[in-house]
Parts: sequence; structure tokens; C-alpha cells
Amino acid sequence: MADPEIKSYEPHHESRSAAVTESRPVRITLTTVTLVFLGIFLLLPLIIVFKEAFAKGVGAYFQSLGDADTRSAIRLTLLVAAISVPLNLVFGLSAAWAIAKFEFKGKAFLTTLIDLPFSVSPVISGLVYVLLFGAQGLLGEWLKAHGIQILFAVPGIVLATVFVTFPFVARELIPLMQEQGNGDEEAALSLGASGWQAFWYVTLPNVKWGLLYGVLLCNARAMGEFGAVSVVSGHIRGLTNTMPLHVEILYNEYNAVGAFAVASLLAGLALVTLVLKTLLEMRYGAEIAATRGH
Amino acid sequence: MTTAPAHAGWRFRQPSVIPGFGLTLGFSLAYLTLIILIPLSGLIWRSAALGWTDFWALATDRRTLKALEISFGTAFIAAAVNVVFGTLVAWVLVRYRFPGRRVVDAMVDLPFALPTAVAGIALTTLYAPTGWLGKLLMPLGLKVAYTPLGIIVALVFIGLPFVVRTVQPIMEELDKEVEEAAATLGASRFQIITRVLLPSLAPAIITGFSLAFARGVGEYGSVIFIAGNLPYKSEIAPLLIVIRLEEYNYPAATAIAAIMLALSFAMLLVINLVQTWSRKRYG
Repeated sequence: MADPEIKSYEPHHESRSAAVTESRPVRITLTTVTLVFLGIFLLLPLIIVFKEAFAKGVGAYFQSLGDADTRSAIRLTLLVAAISVPLNLVFGLSAAWAIAKFEFKGKAFLTTLIDLPFSVSPVISGLVYVLLFGAQGLLGEWLKAHGIQILFAVPGIVLATVFVTFPFVARELIPLMQEQGNGDEEAALSLGASGWQAFWYVTLPNVKWGLLYGVLLCNARAMGEFGAVSVVSGHIRGLTNTMPLHVEILYNEYNAVGAFAVASLLAGLALVTLVLKTLLEMRYGAEIAATRGH
Repeated sequence: MTTAPAHAGWRFRQPSVIPGFGLTLGFSLAYLTLIILIPLSGLIWRSAALGWTDFWALATDRRTLKALEISFGTAFIAAAVNVVFGTLVAWVLVRYRFPGRRVVDAMVDLPFALPTAVAGIALTTLYAPTGWLGKLLMPLGLKVAYTPLGIIVALVFIGLPFVVRTVQPIMEELDKEVEEAAATLGASRFQIITRVLLPSLAPAIITGFSLAFARGVGEYGSVIFIAGNLPYKSEIAPLLIVIRLEEYNYPAATAIAAIMLALSFAMLLVINLVQTWSRKRYG
């Protein structure tokens, strides 16, 4: 909305005349209801994670984090994110270049397909790989004959994670690059830059904050994914157990401190993600474009 | 693929001086096909291979129908709750100024960032009969944890940011002059909100509802801890898929997944139509 009339919206809504806002008691009531609702639904779950994690003291907390299975779960989660986030990053850049820089038939349909994983249940995202690679799956026999292990192993976990985090970078970059247009790249090309140089020195610096924003959200989901990974992992302790799966195992063993200790690491990751996200939005809001949300 | 022959004026793509179309589109399509399209068509192929009679028998199994009913029912209620509270949260964040507003605004995204398993065990601990909230609700006769009510609580948590983040930007862009015009014409504040503001927010609210609903139907991680998972009572469809898989009953798992996908897409289609209609009606 580039309309200057709307831009000149006064920043202080208190100065609105009484006719276009609610009376003071109504405002206070609505604000209170909102804060109580958010307090119960958002803040309390966050507080309880840390409260339970430290329920038996700091010593018990660090002892449960030092457990060998927990440490291998942390390593696996980092490994899976380190593979799947770059893959989706390269895809996001490539898809955004094709969709934002060119006009071609079927573009809207392609954009819809990219968003598809968001409307598929995580469990189904895992299931499709089981149907493909499982013992009774389409490729099951062939994989077995060649001694390739995909399910209940790291490749399956990576594939399921790539599936659920597929749209994050692309859907952040496509609207941003569309908004920026082709002018900068065309100028660079007319000055003799190669296509690669135009991408590296012009496009990438233009979209870097939006890109970081997308990567941040992609990473948070990659490290926290539960449903899809749960279906393909086989839950082998120390081998195919990611952090969220380890939380489940410990919780079901009534090891509350252990479960919440691992959960507190994931909650910490979520908080760091939120802080960085908010900083990016405050500092580079215009360069991330109006695509807020997931 | 890069330059389709321009016979009869039909072009696959508009000419451009920017290079790299073939490479980027080719790579994107290949990656999309490998990661998303082939696996998903595998699911469709497998359910088609079941044959109609088998598929129908699996689909109309009582436990399956009940699980689907619970999933879609609880997701619908949770999305409806989120429409009310999500719109309220967006309103308070956009229109009112209070200390800590920025932090509260950032907090709204917590359910996007917090892994679902963490949300699941945290909510269960809170609402268990001995938990902070469970203890308060017990005397009122409200049992949340290990009941369908618990599923709704988890889905409200998961779905809230979808509504807030869809409605909030539209609310920020609302034209103040329209409100002022309504006020000068003698409308009360209540009339302005219900007759002027809500209609222009309707498309965004419907979008938020459908996003929260779609997410709720498929949600697994946060629900399985709090639901209690009693068959016919609090067993959701995604969990039943997992149970069938663990029994190596691939056909049943495939059938449930196919029905879920079909129902979700049908609902999204209907909601899209409603949205187009409401956009036409309310501009």
C-alpha cells in the first residue's frame, strides 16, 4: 500500500478522537483479556518447561544433559539440520529466481505446489517415504538387494525433514524478489556483468535479510520436527533418535527432568529464533517485505 | 524447455535478458518432483491399488471414522476459538498501546518456533490433574488432560499465530477515514465495528481460520501427549496412521492418509470459494 494517505496514519493512536476508538474501560478490559489469554496459552507452557527442567536442581539438569543418548540425539539433530537447511536454501534461491525473475505459463500452479507440504499432516509426510522405501514399499526390494538403508536411518530422517521444511526459504524469497523487480539485475547485465555476477553481487545482497529470515524459520522447524521424523526414524536410541523424539522417550519413561531438560534446549532455540526474527523485522522490516508469519 | 517455439503467438515464457531460466526452473522442478511429487503420488498410487471395495472397507472402519471425526471436529472448534481470540489479540496489538506490547507481539509467534513435542509435554504437565491449571479446573469439574478437551487446548496453542498473523497486517491497513465517515454519519462504535470494520476483515479472518484448521487437522506432536489417545474417544487420525504403520498394516495407514488428504483439500477448496465470494461482496 504505497498510498501516501495511509502512510501518514498518525503513530499515536491515543490521539484518535473518541468517535473512532473505544472508551477507556473497554480498552482496558480488552487488553486485560488478551494478556490473560496469552499468558495462559503462551507464557505458562514456556515457564513450565524451565520449571520442570530445574525441578531437581541445577546438578540434575546438567547430569541429564550429559547422558550419552541425549548427547547423540543433540548431534543427530544438528546433523539433520545441517544437511536439510542448505538443501532447501539452494532450492529456495533457485525457485525464487525462476518464479520472480521470469513470466511463464503455469507459474501460479508451481507456486501452489511449493506450498503443498504446509497442508500435509507431518505424519503423512513421513508415511509417503515409508510407502516408498519401506520393506513393503515400492523400492523396498531393490534397496534391500543393494544393501541401502534409508528408513530407520539418517537418510530417511533427512528426507522427512526436507519435506516438511521445503517451502520456508522459497516462500520468503519469492514475494521479496518479485517486489524488487529486475531493474538492478538488468543494469548489472548491461554494464557487462555475467549472469552469475549479477546474482552474486546484486541479487544476493538485495535479499540477504529476507534469506536469513527464511533460513531461521526453516532451521527452527528442521530441529523441532516431530511427527514426520517419528514415522521414519524407528526410534533407535543413540542412532536415529533426534532431540524431539528423545523428549518423547524420556517423558514416556516418567523421566520428567530428563525430558524437560532436552525440551528446555529446544525451547531455548525457539526463544533465540523469536528474538532474532523480531530483531530482523525491526531493523530490516522493509527488506524482508510484508510477508510476516510462518 | 527454455524457449518454446513461438508459433501462433503462444509462448511458454516472456522473453527476458535475465539469464538462468532453464537452469533454475529445471533444478526447482527436479527437486520438487523428487522430494514432494513422487512420494505423494506414491501414496495416491498405493491407495488406488487397493481397489474400491478394499478402500471402502478400510475407510468406513468404525475406529477410522471416529478418529477422523475427532480430528476434524476438534480442529474446527479450535480454529473457531482462535478466530475469536486471534482477532481480539490482533486488535489489541494494532489499536492499543501498552507497556511491553512489542514483547507480546513477538510472543505470538512462539507456537511457530516451539517444537510440537515440547508444547505437548508442557501443556500436558500444566493441565494434568496435579498441574498448575489442572488443579484450578478440577473443582469446576473440567478435566482437560487426557480428554478431547485437551486436544482442543493443544490445537488452540498451535493455531493461534495463523489467525493473528493473517488478520494483523490487514487491520493495520484499514482506512481510518471510513471509520470517521461512519462516525460522522451517526454510527455508534459498536455499529462501526460490526458493520464497517468486521466485513473488511472477513476475508483475512476466513483465511486465518482455514490455515489454523488445516494445521489442526494434521497436528500430531502436541496432541498425542495431552489427548490420552483412547480409541473412539480421544484418538486422532494422524495417530491412527502411526498405529496402523506400527502394526505393518500399510493398506489401512494409506487409506486413512488418502481420506485425510482428500478431505483437507476439499475443505480448503470450499474455504477458497467462500473467500472469493466474501471478497466480491465486501471488496
